[in-house]
Amino acid sequence: MSQSVITRAAEATPPGLARRFRGLSDRTIAWIFVAPTIFLLLAVNIFPLIWTIRLSFTNFRANRPNAGVEWIGLRNYDRILTDSDIWQTMQATAHFLCWTIVLQVLIGFSLAWLINRKFKGNDLWTTIIVLPMMLSPAVVGNFWTFLYQPQIGLFNYVVGFFTGADPTSFSMIGSVSLAPWAIIIVDTWMWTPFVMLICLAGLRSIPDSIYEAAECDRASKWRQFWTITVPMVLPFLMLAVLFRGIENFKMFDLVVQLTGGGPGSTTELTSINLKREAFEKWRTGYASAYAIILFVTVFGLASIYVKALNKVKER
Amino acid sequence: MNIRYTVPAAATALLAIAGTAQADDLTLCWAAWDPANALVELSKDFEAKSGNNMSFEFVPWPNFADRMLNELNSGGKLCDLMIGDSQWIGLGAEAGHYVKLNDFFEANGISMDDFIPATVTGYSEWPKGTPNYWALPAFGDVVGWTYRKDWFERPELQAEFKEKYGRELKAPDTLDELKDIAEFFQGRDIDGTTVYGAAIYTERGSEGITMGVTNALYNYGFSYGTPEEPYKLEGVVNSPEAAKGLEYYKALYDCCTPPGSSDWYMSEDIDAYKSGQVALQMNFAFIWPGVEADPNVGGGKSGYFPNPAGPDGHFAQLGGQGISVVSYSDSQDAALEYIKWFAQPEVQAKWWELGGYSALKAVVEDPGFATSQPYAQTFLDSMAIVKDFWAEPAYASLLLSMQDHVHKYVVAGEGTAQEALDGLVADWTEIFQDEGKM
Repeated sequence: MSQSVITRAAEATPPGLARRFRGLSDRTIAWIFVAPTIFLLLAVNIFPLIWTIRLSFTNFRANRPNAGVEWIGLRNYDRILTDSDIWQTMQATAHFLCWTIVLQVLIGFSLAWLINRKFKGNDLWTTIIVLPMMLSPAVVGNFWTFLYQPQIGLFNYVVGFFTGADPTSFSMIGSVSLAPWAIIIVDTWMWTPFVMLICLAGLRSIPDSIYEAAECDRASKWRQFWTITVPMVLPFLMLAVLFRGIENFKMFDLVVQLTGGGPGSTTELTSINLKREAFEKWRTGYASAYAIILFVTVFGLASIYVKALNKVKER
Repeated sequence: MNIRYTVPAAATALLAIAGTAQADDLTLCWAAWDPANALVELSKDFEAKSGNNMSFEFVPWPNFADRMLNELNSGGKLCDLMIGDSQWIGLGAEAGHYVKLNDFFEANGISMDDFIPATVTGYSEWPKGTPNYWALPAFGDVVGWTYRKDWFERPELQAEFKEKYGRELKAPDTLDELKDIAEFFQGRDIDGTTVYGAAIYTERGSEGITMGVTNALYNYGFSYGTPEEPYKLEGVVNSPEAAKGLEYYKALYDCCTPPGSSDWYMSEDIDAYKSGQVALQMNFAFIWPGVEADPNVGGGKSGYFPNPAGPDGHFAQLGGQGISVVSYSDSQDAALEYIKWFAQPEVQAKWWELGGYSALKAVVEDPGFATSQPYAQTFLDSMAIVKDFWAEPAYASLLLSMQDHVHKYVVAGEGTAQEALDGLVADWTEIFQDEGKM
């Protein structure tokens, strides 16, 4: 914590409070209040991070506490960055992130735009639409495995009904080409309502007077949409993208329930892969290096994104 | 009361009080499955005789290893007795999780010669092949096959099969015959329902596909090493013969399994079989009592056969577990008392009656054993041909690497069988090098 924060906190401390703690300066009182937070931050965030960085240079295995721990330098990092399987999981994660975000933004915004128009029963529709996001991802994953079941699943039956295909002739979660899409469909079904709610908040924050002024200027609906609606909702949309991006980067439960990362490693996202390395193979040092690489990647990408978001908000 | 009676009575009362004071609360940890329920029933006798109270911590198979190994790795005191998987024995011994039982066995007249040799090697010994015992064989298990005997006996199907393959429709002796039968039933209409050939292990997350594919690999020449060089992988694990075994398993998966069976293990196979979806089911022998008792497929409708032979051998994947005393337990004496009780022939006989698979020779070599259940002879035949996965302390890394490579080839169709096994050799070499064994 920087010195200026403590100084500011000391200046903000009411004089009466200082009088009650006789003999203590404002600065000391400020430290007393801030110290628990600093301690918690160090204990819960900073210490584990430093410890993980340390472990990432060793061959430590948490299931063999008695075994000697060797310092192996950059070997873990070298192995990870040259491992084609890891790059495949990164690719699978990127594919999943891109498509879910694109679909959820497009559908979520469209739904918000429709719901925002006043019509009879739109409250009921809003409630129905947001139902999926109230369910547990593990439960959703579980029941979608039944929906995707080739023999008895409703999904295959519906696809078969519209396309004429034999419902038992394809398996959404058993096919290499379809499994990634099976997950994207479920995640989109579940989380589009979240994007819709954020967009709805953005749409409802636009004052009617702006549209009335545009009407007076004889601006077409299309022009109003591109020059008023989109720019004013954009910061909300970007926020939704940030939330969904963070959530989907660490996606675990839904995918584990649906495909377990398979078939092969087609849907093995980085979070699943990391968990297998850390808590199934017990390669703790290796998994620590893996976690550090992911942390740096996400931290870098998020920083760039937040800067862009701030710029949009300033406009 | 006369002093003659008072003193012994007081002594008896004191002993009883002392006995009560020594009574322990023991917790036995195992997987949540049918045999565990049988063990609860069996253990009531131990509670009555010893005065100790038994508690049980059962975890479903998909989470069993995660949960229990976390418990052991953290030095937890939850479990006094652990019926851990056979692959854990190396880790249990080397990481100090299990109590070494040699002295206890010797002091109590428990001889490992009284148990089926394969179960002693598989469940108790570490290092393998040495007389160092860390568990008592508790539950003998092996991968075998169940088939719809009632379908096989239908005259019209028998005639059609004979015309097509030139032999009787019966339990197969070879893997090739098994594939023919599975192909014969695939997509067939039986009583108005489309049925499929075989339910086999394809599960990716834990150990499923490895426990399945090894039944083909072993019989085509795959081995974990040579007797002279236990860590010789090159040319053994990835021999051309082993690659053919892997190709066989993929061909069986492609031709003859129900659609969507890309991540199936024990419970999915059971469900498919009991619901009449498949003619053949690969599964561990523990399910057989449940099959017999099932109204749809039990009561003579099902038959059992050991894993069929391949061109280069006749083996089956060992399952099952030994019972160990956890070194972190505060009640080790009572836990050892349980093992002593459990090793008794009459307890083992009752264990078999209740649905547990005894590994005691006195039980399985009893003249009446083979006919005691419809699957008893198949169990004996299967236990005679078992082979187990690595039991090294690094077994988890070895297992998950195999899961990855095999699943990618068999289910996802990535690369060739030879490439999958070459990749496996590369991974296993790295793991053993890290372990300092190569």
